Amino acid sequence: MTFLNWTQRVCVSAALFLGGLPLAMADKPLMPATVLPAYKAECASCHMAYPPAMLSKSSWQRIMGGLDKHYGTDASLDTATERQISAWLQAQGGTYKRVEASSPGDRLTTTTWFEKKHRKIDKAVWARKSINGKAQCQACHQGADMGDFEDDRVRIPL
Amino acid sequence: MTSSISFLFVRRVLLALGALCFIGSSQAGDTQPDALLSQYQQAAGQKADRLRGQKFFNATAANDLSCASCHGVSPVLAGKHASTGKTIAPLAPMVNPERFSDSAKVEKWFRRNCKDVLNRECTSLEKADVVAYLKDLK
Repeated sequence: MTFLNWTQRVCVSAALFLGGLPLAMADKPLMPATVLPAYKAECASCHMAYPPAMLSKSSWQRIMGGLDKHYGTDASLDTATERQISAWLQAQGGTYKRVEASSPGDRLTTTTWFEKKHRKIDKAVWARKSINGKAQCQACHQGADMGDFEDDRVRIPL
Repeated sequence: MTSSISFLFVRRVLLALGALCFIGSSQAGDTQPDALLSQYQQAAGQKADRLRGQKFFNATAANDLSCASCHGVSPVLAGKHASTGKTIAPLAPMVNPERFSDSAKVEKWFRRNCKDVLNRECTSLEKADVVAYLKDLK
């Protein structure tokens, strides 16, 4: 730094600060950098790979303990795969802000944070054919599969 | 500097090769439609019937669901999960060679999906019929 004069120093600091700003302001991706292959293969073959962060560890534990009655379907797994996915969910679960210990039915769409974040969305919007209910994150959050829920990138389809 | 770059490059190439081997092995599978068909026929003690398989595939059962509810009336095309809306890759193995190539996977999905559609597991004859129906679809 000694070879920079005072103005240069200010400029460099400002550039570093402003450059870092969008990153600091944006929501972090909610999906862990590496997703357990078994989670993708077993869970995301039927539905979106929901970020583990969005639901509490205790909710994940109850979900994994009742896979044979999984929201109306049999999603049972062999014991080894079930254990592997459970362990990963326990390590990754519940890290999003304000995730409460339990939500009705262990659904992330009934969590307080979900309702708060979506309070301005009218019932009729959820019912649109292009959206098809609250569990279809990717209908409006196009990068949801990768854990991108950034507000600025939300596009609500008609 | 150069040596660290080349080390990184070599490491990347090795990682990529490793990933390829991994993907390769997980898709390789241990069976094929014909082998599964004869296995299920043997277990059932009866010959499979392609047309009966087609009928079974499209028949709506206890839960107002059929195999076709998610896999589509034309299994050579992609289907759509009846409740989540998620796209399901085509089930016909001539179109999607990954299908019916891994016996554990086949058994797992027959078990889960038959329970959803029929409230029970499928019999060996039903599985044989379905495989007979699907295996040559183009």
